[in-house]
Amino acid sequence: MSLAEEVDLLRGIPLFEKMEAPKLKLLAISSDRVNFRPGAVMMRQGDEGDAAYVIISGKGDVIVDTPAGEIKVAEVSSGQIVGEIAILIDVPRTATVKTEQGLTALKIGKENFIRLLNGSPQVAIEIIKVLASRLENTTAQLREAVSAKSN
Amino acid sequence: MDRSIYGFIFRHSKAQQIYLLLVTFAAFPFIYLQPDLVKTIVNKAIGGKVSDFPKDVIGFEFEQVAYLVLMCLCFLVIVLINGAFKYYINVSKGRLGERMLRRLRYNLYSRVLRFPQPHFKRVSQGEVIPMITQEVEPLGGFIGDAVAQPVFQAGMLVTFLIFIIVQDIYMGMAAIAMFPIQGWIIPKLQRKVNALGKQRVRAVRRVSERISESISGIEEVHSNDASNLMRAEFSSHLGRIYQIRYEIYHRKFVIKFINNFLAQFTPFLFYLIGGYLAINGDLSIGALIGVIGAHKDMNAPWKELLAFYQQYMDAKIKYEQVVEQFDPAGMLDEDLQINEPESIPQIAPETPIAAQGLTYQEDETAIPIQGFNYQFKAGDKVAVVGPPGGGKEEFPSLLARLLFPTGGRITVGGDDLKGWPEAFTGRRMAYVGSSAYLFSDTVRANLLFSLKNRPVNVPELSDNEANEREARLLENARSGNSNEDFDDNWVNYSVLGASNPTEGDQKLIDILEKVELSRDVYGFGLRGPIDPIRRSDLAEQTMEARVRLASRLSSDNLGDLIEPYDPDKYNDNSSLAENLLFGTIVTDDFDIETLGDHPYVVATLRTVGLEDELLNIGFEAATLMVELFADVEPGDPLFEQYSFIKADLLPDYQTILTKWSKGGAEVLNEQERGMLLAMPFKLIPARHRLGLITDDIRARVISARSEFRANIPADLASAIEFFDPAQYNAAASIQDNILFGKIAYGEAEGPEIVGQLVDEIVDDLGMRREIVAAGLDYQVGIGGSRLSGAQRQKIAIARALAKSPNVLVLNGAIDAMDGRTRNALVERVLEAAPGGVVWAIGDPDLLKFFDKVVEVANGRVAKETSGNGMEN
Repeated sequence: MSLAEEVDLLRGIPLFEKMEAPKLKLLAISSDRVNFRPGAVMMRQGDEGDAAYVIISGKGDVIVDTPAGEIKVAEVSSGQIVGEIAILIDVPRTATVKTEQGLTALKIGKENFIRLLNGSPQVAIEIIKVLASRLENTTAQLREAVSAKSN
Repeated sequence: MDRSIYGFIFRHSKAQQIYLLLVTFAAFPFIYLQPDLVKTIVNKAIGGKVSDFPKDVIGFEFEQVAYLVLMCLCFLVIVLINGAFKYYINVSKGRLGERMLRRLRYNLYSRVLRFPQPHFKRVSQGEVIPMITQEVEPLGGFIGDAVAQPVFQAGMLVTFLIFIIVQDIYMGMAAIAMFPIQGWIIPKLQRKVNALGKQRVRAVRRVSERISESISGIEEVHSNDASNLMRAEFSSHLGRIYQIRYEIYHRKFVIKFINNFLAQFTPFLFYLIGGYLAINGDLSIGALIGVIGAHKDMNAPWKELLAFYQQYMDAKIKYEQVVEQFDPAGMLDEDLQINEPESIPQIAPETPIAAQGLTYQEDETAIPIQGFNYQFKAGDKVAVVGPPGGGKEEFPSLLARLLFPTGGRITVGGDDLKGWPEAFTGRRMAYVGSSAYLFSDTVRANLLFSLKNRPVNVPELSDNEANEREARLLENARSGNSNEDFDDNWVNYSVLGASNPTEGDQKLIDILEKVELSRDVYGFGLRGPIDPIRRSDLAEQTMEARVRLASRLSSDNLGDLIEPYDPDKYNDNSSLAENLLFGTIVTDDFDIETLGDHPYVVATLRTVGLEDELLNIGFEAATLMVELFADVEPGDPLFEQYSFIKADLLPDYQTILTKWSKGGAEVLNEQERGMLLAMPFKLIPARHRLGLITDDIRARVISARSEFRANIPADLASAIEFFDPAQYNAAASIQDNILFGKIAYGEAEGPEIVGQLVDEIVDDLGMRREIVAAGLDYQVGIGGSRLSGAQRQKIAIARALAKSPNVLVLNGAIDAMDGRTRNALVERVLEAAPGGVVWAIGDPDLLKFFDKVVEVANGRVAKETSGNGMEN
């Protein structure tokens, strides 16, 4: 996959959707492409995170450690992003991501990402919008869940 | 050391000085023959009357022309003799001066090695170094002249004086009438200049001290924004020197003025009084001219004498100012260092070591140790504990005799330690302080430092080398320097239980394991190059490891972690430059960054028709970079990490691109083409993923690769060690030789997995110890700066263990290490120490390893317990 295709891939992700083309290219160029071997752990719940991964090819399992043991909560595949919270704020990884068959991903380093944001308030505003709508969704879901429970 | 410079000169060079004087006097007649001959040639040979010829010269008759030829030949011979004398005298003086200077420097340095330890708190390096190096430098010149010059000039003066007095005593008296006045007034004026000279020496010393302090404290200067203060302070010191210097000039030229005036005052008297007498007919004009001529002749040596006097004063000040700095009280007796004792007894483990009424007072403000009594056996493992400043630090230093007690004593088997030579304290005992100083040399040389007490034997030498060695030692002796040759074998391997350097390395590695350093040194070895001829076994094993790693990678399905160097394949994890070069650069003369500028490289690209394509790639890459980085701030780290173009060059590239898009590649000049060509050379396809390196380009680079190698000019050929799958690459590290390829970009955990595999293979092949041995060649840097603090301390402990001391004394010495390492290291060192250990230690967790614990507080023994905490 060439740089141009990587840029397209990034554009498909809501977080980066509104970024200007040169910025997005710069983000792609300053990101490393990383191959994970079958069975590899991309990130571990509770560890400190310094990068988000955009999956280029292959599949990954998102697993959450609960008192009841490990539960697979989601599957990620090409075009999806994992670990993006870590490049915005310092929180431990909230889930473990493993790959059974191996996968290739674009590793977006936290520092590079923040640096890009510094130079472009437009992008920052877009990200705020994305995050706000996510919050709104979560709140709506919570409201529904609460009302469903009280009923 | 002699207090006066003439004391020093006569003590060490009396015979040579007298010899020089005799030779000088032997030259005397010839010097006066020369003008005499000239006179003969002019007056007799050329201006002679015909009737005077033929002339009789020792029985032969000469006509005028023949006589002229004879006299001219004589003149030539005299000129040659004079020149030869001058040459011989100058060389002899120079040699004498240099030998004496060498002796002086050696004595001064030797004294530094005997300075009492606390003295180093008061003198700084910045003061001591210029004293030994620069300040004494002019003394060499003076010493060569010290006797011959004044005696010779005085001799001339007296000769002339007698000559004149014989002719007319009054004229003689008149000619020297001013000498007493000059002789009286000049030293008077000179005295003030001398005092200023002393001040100047001190002020310059202060300056060097300040420079050395600024360098040592450079971090503090930066972190406190104190550079302006430092500048101002430095200025004020320089200002002081300027003032002194100016004052000196002032006075020096006043002296010169008076001197000249007095010298001309005599002729003034002659003309006035002599002229008056001549007019009155009391003196013939011929006699007057004679007196004036005589005075002129005498004035030359007299001036020389005065100049010598000033030179002497200068040298005297320098000498005295230096020497007084090298005579601190409490200096170590020379015999304790220089003389090798007949036997150096071992200290048996049961030998009692006792501190009796020990007192140590460094200055008035603190009394760290007083009335200190403690006894233990030489084989005991003793921990010294206590609050800081209570004497815990001083006791080990006193025990290792780095400090001398100011009262009381330390006895070993009943003998006072004070009188033991350093051959004993330095070999039977070991001391490790917390500073752990390393010399700028290899790890090995630092470890062996404790075994280089005396030359062990002379290495095998050719006749020529043996003669040179003899000559060297003879010259050393003539200057009173060391009578031991630095090029002899100094390392006493037998102390290690080894008989040669190879066995010695193995023993050192054992010790490194005990201090937990072998892993680090293994890393130095693995990441460093070796000489494949000297270490042929290791090179062969490395080649075997290369094969094994390749098969391991393919059998474990890990082949994509390393992309091997294949002469027939383009390496996607290397830059285009590396692909073209396909080797390791050996010299510092050129580097891979500037490869595109090399004319041969450009020519090669042209031959294979790659130049245009690469220019196109350069254009595209530059276009992309300009697009991406146009808005990025110049200082942004993104530039540093990801841009091929430095921020300040971005506008230049913009200009080139504009030029290109208007007129095509043809309109670019050589420099602009070079700038564009530089871009593709940096491209690493696997990393940059720009898709610019096509398969066609790859194929052509490979053909350029063989073209490049086939016709390479000699200067480049010697600068590159080419990759060859079947050959050890001497310019690359052991690790790179095993990998023989690039670790692939973007493989998660790739480097870690490869590292583990290399480790495994190294162990399977039994190479580890050899690699550690190769790591012993690692240069530690100035003061060990290329090592961490913990590594330095470990080497210092290993160095102490290497000499198998009967008593190992440690003062802290582990504070740069982490808790786990300390624990392991203390246990192992106590186990490995062949004799007793006395260790001033801060960490209470470590006391469990010791037989005895002595607590020192307020300069006294506060408590003695056994190691497990039970009171005795």
